[in-house]
Amino acid sequence: MSAAIETEGLVRRFGARTAVNELSFRAEAGEVFGLLGPNGAGKTTLVRLLNGVLKADAGRAHVLGCDPLIQGDALRRRSGVLTETPSIYERLTARQNLHFFGTLYGVPEADLPRRAADLLEQFGLHERADDRAGGFSKGMKQRLALARTLIHQPDILFFDEPTAGLDPEAAQQVTDLIAQYSGANGRTVFLCTHNLDEAGRLCDRVGILNHGRLLAVGKPDDLGRNLWDGQWVDIGLTAPPPAGLDAALRGVSGATKVQIEGAALAVQVRDERVIPAVVSAAAAAGAQILRVAPRAHSLHDIYFKLQAEAEA
Amino acid sequence: MNWRTIRAIALKDWREVRGNKMAWAPTLIVPLIFCVVLPLLIIVLPGALSSGEGGDMMKDADLELFLANLPPAIAASIAGLNESQTMIVLLLGYLFSPLFLILPIMTSSVIGSDSFVGEKERKTMEALLYTPATERELFTGKMLAAVIPAVLLTWLGFAVYTLVLNSAGGVVMGRVWFPLPHWWVMVLWVTPAVAVLGMMGAVVISARVKSFMEAYQNTGLLVLPIIMLVISQVAGLLYLSVPVAFGIGLVVWLVDGILLLFALRIITRAALMGADKGT
Repeated sequence: MSAAIETEGLVRRFGARTAVNELSFRAEAGEVFGLLGPNGAGKTTLVRLLNGVLKADAGRAHVLGCDPLIQGDALRRRSGVLTETPSIYERLTARQNLHFFGTLYGVPEADLPRRAADLLEQFGLHERADDRAGGFSKGMKQRLALARTLIHQPDILFFDEPTAGLDPEAAQQVTDLIAQYSGANGRTVFLCTHNLDEAGRLCDRVGILNHGRLLAVGKPDDLGRNLWDGQWVDIGLTAPPPAGLDAALRGVSGATKVQIEGAALAVQVRDERVIPAVVSAAAAAGAQILRVAPRAHSLHDIYFKLQAEAEA
Repeated sequence: MNWRTIRAIALKDWREVRGNKMAWAPTLIVPLIFCVVLPLLIIVLPGALSSGEGGDMMKDADLELFLANLPPAIAASIAGLNESQTMIVLLLGYLFSPLFLILPIMTSSVIGSDSFVGEKERKTMEALLYTPATERELFTGKMLAAVIPAVLLTWLGFAVYTLVLNSAGGVVMGRVWFPLPHWWVMVLWVTPAVAVLGMMGAVVISARVKSFMEAYQNTGLLVLPIIMLVISQVAGLLYLSVPVAFGIGLVVWLVDGILLLFALRIITRAALMGADKGT
């Protein structure tokens, strides 16, 4: 896989405050990469650095093979950015907004009307296409902003808190649209958010940011495995556990803890490969097994554990 | 520079300004006052006053001194005219000409303020900065959006002013007497320079304020040099003749050039974004 985004030791300061601190990471082409962090963690600054809008104080970055500072205009022709604020022109109509941005992004004059009309249709705005955007609801404005982001069919999309401040229904609509357009035609998506459910649903890999520093990068499952010793497996039984089950399970090589509460049984194993041996031992001890469910660490668990460790 | 981009920015800004009554209302009201109301008052009032107690205005000692010190070219243009005709030529033909420059400077600075600060205030600047448009294209587009309407509006005002002076004023003057030669220099040479100056002033002010209203109030300062020009004429320090008008235009164009170099240096994406604030 080639890198769509690659940074090395990226630093950006604002006075005494370091917004982005020695940031090094890779986002692969075609993946949805999530950057998670609280407000003020440096997510927006990073998006601005990666698009050549701000200059880094140290380090280097490459996006789609371009140095954002030197080839910013060429890069911005291939990237689309959606921020928390829709940044649409409220005195212009929805269609005029799309035509204006399409022109700036270099969409051929002949293609613009069709492309704008298609996007307005796909985003459920066609009936209000010639109304001033100022009269739209917040969700509609954000959908229009998302359509604007796609007008030039970019190779990489940056979403910076795209659903912040939206009501649940509008946020769901925007998230659905992002899911629909992410990964299409090998498009890379860089999603900054503090909405962990959104990240969990959309992202292939995540990076967790705190005070401009990257705490961890990886697939959520891998991050969970690395953060906690072993894995818990929940085993549901149809009847109370037979005598000797506890001893049988503790005898399994790789099983580190056993908890039995009524018909609920939980075993901590060194890794997933130990689970079949645990199931065999339980069955051999006479347990009537109803279900076996490896317990996954949620992105919430991972995020809060990392943030707590960083703050400590 | 990509002219398709520049044109799109200029048209977009113009559409935006048309939606902001605060921005365009003064640009219609002020020309109406300057080009129609004031000239009519000045044409009608002396006639009304001379028929009553307020007659013999020309006997005022200060005015006599003022008339005695007029440069030969201006003195020649009022030679042989009666009292009312002299007042019309002096006030509307000479003293009013610098005041006319308020039109381009006000229009371009108001549109420029809406275009720069308004964009920041309405939080639309960020999306613009993420496009491939270069800083120079953004600046040029915004400049054209402010300067072209300012110049066209002034020219339209000049046409109306000419019409009023020659129709209503024609009754008193008995002939088509306007425009005087220096007006052509003012309108064709000085007006575009002053419109650019208004825009540059708006850019400098916009960098320091946060709202359109704040910028709008500050751009009022730009009118000061014009007021000084009017006072200079009334005080007899400077009279607008063709060479003087040409010289004023030259100075304003030079100031424009210096401000342009300065503006191109300070207008960066980071500055437009407000890079002192990061998240």
